[in-house]
Amino acid sequence: MDKSENTQKKPLSVFWDEFSRSNILVIILAVFTGIVLGGVLVAFTTNEVYDAFRVSFWNGLGTAIRTAWNTYVSLFTGSVGDPQRISRAFESGDPLAIRRAINPFFESLVQSTPYIFGGLAVALGFRAGLFNIGVEGQIFIGAATGVWAGYALTGLPAFIHIPVAMLFGALGGAIWGFVPGLLKAKTGAHEVIVTIMMNYIAFRLVDWLLKFPMKDPTEFTPKTPWILSTAQLPRFFDTPIRFHLGFFIAVLMAVLVYLLLFKTTWGFELRTVGSNPNAARYAGIKITMATVVAMTLSGALAGMAGANEVLGVNYRLLPAFSSGYGFDSIALALLGKTHPLGVILSSLLFGFLRNGARSMQLAVGVPIDIVSILQAVILAFIAAPAIIRTIYRLREPKHKEDLVTLGSWKG
Amino acid sequence: MAPVLELRGITKSFPGVLANDHIDLMVEKGEIHALLGENGAGKTTLMNILYGLYNPDEGEIFVNGQKLEIKSPVDAIKAGIGMVHQHFMLVPVFTVTENVMLGEEYVKYGDVLDRKKAADKIHEISNTYKLEIDPDAYVSDIPVGMQQRVEIIKLLFREADILIMDEPTAVLTPQEVEELFKIIHTMIDQGKSIIFITHKLGEVMEIADQITVIRGGKVVGSTTPHESSLNDLASMMVGRDVNLEVDKTESKPGEVVLEVKDLKVLDPQGHVAIDNMSFNVHSGEVLGIAGVQGNGQTELVRALTGLLPAIDGEIYLLGKEISKNSPRKITELGSAHIPEDRQKDGLVLAFPITDNLVLNTYYLEPFSKSIWLDQKKILQNGKELVENFDIRTPSPTTSAGSLSGGNQQKVIVAREFSRPIKFLVASQPTRGLDVGSIEYIHKRLIQKRDDGCAVLLVSTELDEVMQLSDRIAVVYRGRILDVLDANTATKELIGLLMAGIIPTEEEKQKLGSKQKQIRLT
Repeated sequence: MDKSENTQKKPLSVFWDEFSRSNILVIILAVFTGIVLGGVLVAFTTNEVYDAFRVSFWNGLGTAIRTAWNTYVSLFTGSVGDPQRISRAFESGDPLAIRRAINPFFESLVQSTPYIFGGLAVALGFRAGLFNIGVEGQIFIGAATGVWAGYALTGLPAFIHIPVAMLFGALGGAIWGFVPGLLKAKTGAHEVIVTIMMNYIAFRLVDWLLKFPMKDPTEFTPKTPWILSTAQLPRFFDTPIRFHLGFFIAVLMAVLVYLLLFKTTWGFELRTVGSNPNAARYAGIKITMATVVAMTLSGALAGMAGANEVLGVNYRLLPAFSSGYGFDSIALALLGKTHPLGVILSSLLFGFLRNGARSMQLAVGVPIDIVSILQAVILAFIAAPAIIRTIYRLREPKHKEDLVTLGSWKG
Repeated sequence: MAPVLELRGITKSFPGVLANDHIDLMVEKGEIHALLGENGAGKTTLMNILYGLYNPDEGEIFVNGQKLEIKSPVDAIKAGIGMVHQHFMLVPVFTVTENVMLGEEYVKYGDVLDRKKAADKIHEISNTYKLEIDPDAYVSDIPVGMQQRVEIIKLLFREADILIMDEPTAVLTPQEVEELFKIIHTMIDQGKSIIFITHKLGEVMEIADQITVIRGGKVVGSTTPHESSLNDLASMMVGRDVNLEVDKTESKPGEVVLEVKDLKVLDPQGHVAIDNMSFNVHSGEVLGIAGVQGNGQTELVRALTGLLPAIDGEIYLLGKEISKNSPRKITELGSAHIPEDRQKDGLVLAFPITDNLVLNTYYLEPFSKSIWLDQKKILQNGKELVENFDIRTPSPTTSAGSLSGGNQQKVIVAREFSRPIKFLVASQPTRGLDVGSIEYIHKRLIQKRDDGCAVLLVSTELDEVMQLSDRIAVVYRGRILDVLDANTATKELIGLLMAGIIPTEEEKQKLGSKQKQIRLT
């Protein structure tokens, strides 16, 4: 019935119908709304705006808009680059100047890379109905095992050493994901609780490793030795650009996760278990197996995020090296609708925001926290699409939005 | 005297659909007015307009001869109109009193809730209408039938005179339905009027004073149970001749396909649900399991399909012992299962129809090669089955959750019947479906039987069991009390057995000699 009605309408209006019901538009509008609200927030936290309002309303409003605008301009130049500076650099022909001018863009990609790994880890878990809160801990373990393989395994050529070190990272994270997966499958222990606890164990374990067995004896503070050059993920440009192979490995993993989830029978099983464990049992799928596999793979991806950081950026492991990548990953996996492509896009958004925030702080003195608020606002809108639909008067979705259904939450 | 409620020319359109087309409806005081129609005929839209949830595009509403504008449920309640929704609007962690008070709280000392006063009033209502409700019970602790009464009390508490009940029996057991009907009659005696929305014909014939049939958003007829028959109503509702009797020939039972020996199964709480049960199902026959809900049917089906382990006894499927096998092994032996709760067990609602159609064959050729799914084959299979099994959907890739109940069931039937199967467990195969779908599913089941499949039909609808089965096993508290020949079994005899009473030979003779009566639902 719907079909015949639709075909009589103009194609464009049908398109708008479908589009305005889809989630993608909600996401775009949520990001947009978040940016607008962030601007308002910046304006309201700037003293000059208040001063200007004392002069006159219009003066105040003008200053407010200007402040917000300047903030976003510096966020943009900090994360993508300053077009004028780039064109000047190319005119001068000085390679170092060019690299410096285009560095913000590549640095944003460097920032995005661990997010992609982490986001994929969370997304994979979500698809199988598992809430992996332990990504942060798995990142720490993956970094530790990865860095160990990086400095302790000697005499390997780069084309073997790099994959081995990455694999060690994945393995470390996989173990950290396997344990909660097994506990859930065998005893029903809720993976949220277990992974949170595993996080603490991971943090303290890595602290201990850094202080004792893995400590570089020549250093006074707890740090591991530098990894060998054969384990370093190759960089594509000279200093200061740190853009390295890890980004492409991350994208490759996204493709693999996509293929796994949507093109293989294993993915079909994982998604069935995630969407309706009862139906999965009915269809003869082994839920315990799917749970263990999904948690292990999720942990492995998270472990690769850790290994990526030590092998591609820091070249050694320092205490508290991850600034909450694992927890941001949960948010961005939701933002990306737990789809690998969505994860890449939202990771880029987070990476660019994070990177831009630093220069924003330097340039206009807006605290870096404003980016956290921005992320939070965007996520709040994603989580409550009804708000966005009301603001922009969008149609209701035809059927209930298939937000990730978490079987484990129901009980 | 003016009718208590009159609707004139109510019209409501949604984008692309004319849900109500100039509908007139008149309800007299003290009348049970049945609004009959298939799913999607526009019944619920009409009632939502009356209850103020939608505004009509055209038309007028009169209550006791007074024209009213009902813009919101608040207006409706003021006019004495109340609605019991199909899905209850209750807060499970609140008590009955708290739920009833919600939105109309009694207070004392300014702002303190006066639960006592409200509870007293609920008690009074409960006594007047014989509802037997404990005002202090938590809603999460009381059975569904009781929860529905809480919904009714909510309306009586607000002094509603016209009660709209939207598919009130859909979630009830036969006993609860009977109790509900008693309550409805008590309410009528107290001067209330009731609009009873349903698509179940048997209920309409049993309880209604007036019947209005709606089809495609239009009133297609008004009648009373006396002037009409089940077949007339069904034809009116569906818009074509409907055969409510199931056409079937004598069964030609072959070899034993399923043999259950001394089976013992525990329910999830650890109580014995199946107690030393033994029976056979032959190829080419339908064995019906009759019984009041909760007498072990669910556990029996789960044990036969590998979802629940048996603690004792054996199950032989085609000669192989399967009581310890996984669901997949059992499926692969040629067994099919229509689960009792299609949304919980049978479908992944978020998945497209195509994926649901390969839910238990996705890992086999041709739908996959090694680990890779063959999306083309899956889509092609989906298109074919949607066509062959008449699944009404805009596209085979629509999510299963957006289909109507009848079409969801067709997806399951299509999936299970498209494999070569020798044994079929159909559990509550038509629960909550409209007449058209029931007719369709029944036809398919008999067709499968005639193909030589052994069919185990588990249903709490006695009429369904009697129509479809060749032999009827009556279960009571996890035991089979008797297995009857469907040709000679009477409703009375089965009813006795269902209540756990084993009649003497003499009584059996007497009951058996009565003319076979089949009442249809």
